[in-house]
Amino acid sequence: MFSRVNYISRAFYRTSSVARSAGVVHGRTRLSVTKYPELKRDSRFQSLNDKHIDYFRAVLGENSVVYDKDPESDAIVHYNTDWFNLYRGTSSLVLFPSDTAQVSSILKYCNENRLAVVPQGGNTGVSGGAVPVFDEIIIKMSRMDRIRKIDQVSGIAVVDAGVILENLDNAVSEHGYMVPIDLGAKGSCHIGGNISTNAGGLRYVRYGSLHGNVLGLEVVLPDGTVLENLSTLRKDNTGYDLKQLFIGSEGTLGIVTGVSILTPQRAKATNLSLIGLDSYEDIQKAFVRAKADLSDILSAFEFWDKDCIEVVSEKMLPGVQFPLSSEKPYEFYALLETQGSRKEHDEAKLESYLESLLEDNIAKDGVVSQDIKQTQSLWAWREMIPEGMTKYGPAITYDVSMDIPLLYKLVMDTRAHFEKKGMIGPDKDYVKLIGFGHVGDGNLHIMAATNRNDYDLQKQLDDFVYTWTAKHSGSVSAEHGIGISKIGYLPYSKKKPVLDLMAKLKAQIDPRGIMNPYKIFANKYILSALGCKLRMDVYTGTRQSRE
Amino acid sequence: MSKSLRIIVPVKRVIDYAVKVRVNPAKTDVDRNVKHSMNPFDEIAVEEAVRIKERLPSTEIIAVSCGSAKSQETLRTALAMGADKAIHVEVADDSKLQPLGVAKLLKAIAEEQKPDLIILGKQAIDDDSNQTGQMLAGLLNWPQATFASKVEITDTLAKVTREVDGGLETISSKLPAIITTDLRLNEPRYASLPNIMKAKKKPLTKSTPEQLKVDITPRLETIKVEEPAKRQGGKKVESVDDLIDKLKNEAKVL
Repeated sequence: MFSRVNYISRAFYRTSSVARSAGVVHGRTRLSVTKYPELKRDSRFQSLNDKHIDYFRAVLGENSVVYDKDPESDAIVHYNTDWFNLYRGTSSLVLFPSDTAQVSSILKYCNENRLAVVPQGGNTGVSGGAVPVFDEIIIKMSRMDRIRKIDQVSGIAVVDAGVILENLDNAVSEHGYMVPIDLGAKGSCHIGGNISTNAGGLRYVRYGSLHGNVLGLEVVLPDGTVLENLSTLRKDNTGYDLKQLFIGSEGTLGIVTGVSILTPQRAKATNLSLIGLDSYEDIQKAFVRAKADLSDILSAFEFWDKDCIEVVSEKMLPGVQFPLSSEKPYEFYALLETQGSRKEHDEAKLESYLESLLEDNIAKDGVVSQDIKQTQSLWAWREMIPEGMTKYGPAITYDVSMDIPLLYKLVMDTRAHFEKKGMIGPDKDYVKLIGFGHVGDGNLHIMAATNRNDYDLQKQLDDFVYTWTAKHSGSVSAEHGIGISKIGYLPYSKKKPVLDLMAKLKAQIDPRGIMNPYKIFANKYILSALGCKLRMDVYTGTRQSRE
Repeated sequence: MSKSLRIIVPVKRVIDYAVKVRVNPAKTDVDRNVKHSMNPFDEIAVEEAVRIKERLPSTEIIAVSCGSAKSQETLRTALAMGADKAIHVEVADDSKLQPLGVAKLLKAIAEEQKPDLIILGKQAIDDDSNQTGQMLAGLLNWPQATFASKVEITDTLAKVTREVDGGLETISSKLPAIITTDLRLNEPRYASLPNIMKAKKKPLTKSTPEQLKVDITPRLETIKVEEPAKRQGGKKVESVDDLIDKLKNEAKVL
């Protein structure tokens, strides 16, 4: 979803004085622990020693172990840092297992020796869930990249967890299929990571969630047990559907090593249209009508506000004309895509739908892509929004879901709130505030660019956005997961009995708490492994805002 | 600017430029069961005609395409971009059409329609011939300004800047004339919804080579189509001696 950018104002958070050399200053991302001072390294975890490293070298081979005493060294710092350059840990060890047996040996050993681990796929997550907070050992899945088999009749693909999404898409496309999820990070993200975060993406409105498309998983549990359930059966109601637990659990219950996934037919005909509208109500009308008129062929319905155009135009595509020219920009834009098997059929449906939007004054204008190049440009105006924002200054991003009619109200209320405080404007604290997202899924991305790297600005905005979301019964994380970025806000979207059961499951499956600790559940809620006694406080059932 | 201009823009339906082209198993052609769209240089030609029309509103733009029934899709795109009329010269078998045949068909159309200007794309991205515009100029005995990167039209003159090997060359020509477009001439617009709706009502007339009394028998025969030789992987060497050995004995360049 976001390409690698280094927006951090270099002057501010250098943590290594060694960084200066020949006049070039290498700024470092701020350490995660400085953002969450209440997080303390769990003292029950052992610290890495030579005996441990020797063991890993023996099991994996010299070439599959990267060890550096200095976590800021070039060899290891980028495994410690997340894609957004927001979070950084201090691990000294990265392991590269090549098969499930190796993953099993690693976890068994770590469990016995109480060494904390963090599984890492493509490291493209936006919640800081795939990087260490302290010295957790990074288990990098990139060597496990085999495509085990693809069934041409059913479209079911069985692959290693470290397969890059785009590679998987290319492989199944040879047989006329496609992966059911699509996101900007597809050139780097791993399918195992997508599954561990239950990634959503652009085609969710058509193909649904990974909970539906994943048929089976091969998972290594914290104690080294291999749960092999790589079923290729569409239907199998035999006992509890355990794989659902691991989908979206962000590496806190085990490591996904193999995936069996159902891939839909690759569409023969794709059409894309960009329309301009004057209100969010009109967006909703257009969406409702799209479901009725385009029904089975609708595959994406994205929207963004007019400020987003400025962002992309100024920062990402200077000099390129926006495809929809008008005297002044419309308030909102929507991008809708159809995918089907017959071009003429789909075009007729789409054109008749668009014509009706124009006639009823729901859409004021629009364009339809005529070739692949235009399709790519139209998508670029949507996909480049997040990266464009990071070029104004440190950017804060939210991924919230709620009832569709409320989606844009959050942006308007946020804007009103901070405008009253005089904090929004080109020379103010929040340089830009925009809203965009997947209308069909009720998923809004609200983003703010700030004029300086000040954690307090993030906290103020966090508080407003999450409190508002909770008040309107929304989710504080529609698709990005909790990771470390939203720990403490989990109770805003889930009630105590639910959280209690989550904690019990975690304690049962990972009694020593080695799997990606400090993520999802805030330190206050860390589970004690001793005697399976749960230590959780502050769940009083009332919503509390962070201090 | 009292006289109204008539511009003919020939457009060709080709495999979309972003598609990965593959040779068919019989090695006689490429796999054409893929996405097609208007030849990018023809899009630029249509765009240029539409811009001229925006400056001189009485201009009439006629899009023409020679090919199978599917060529009508491409004509609809041209109409949606702003062309006023379309002519489809239907040919049963696309593969029989070659630049000379197309040029003869266009000559017949030009003699019927009497345009002031014919703007073509410099070449089609499927055959890369770069011949049709030049042949047409020869057949009609009209002046030609090819590889245009800038076009200025007045009542009777065309001033065209051409991209040539040494740089840029600006020539001035009387009308009627042939212009072929190069990449930097303009950025084609998207087909807007109102124009797509209007396009449905614009006239699209059909014709055939027989009606135009043109013989399009191909003069060239394609014998074989094959992929370029696969790129050999690079090799890593451990030492300078190893490198010298390989350069001498394998690559045979020493």
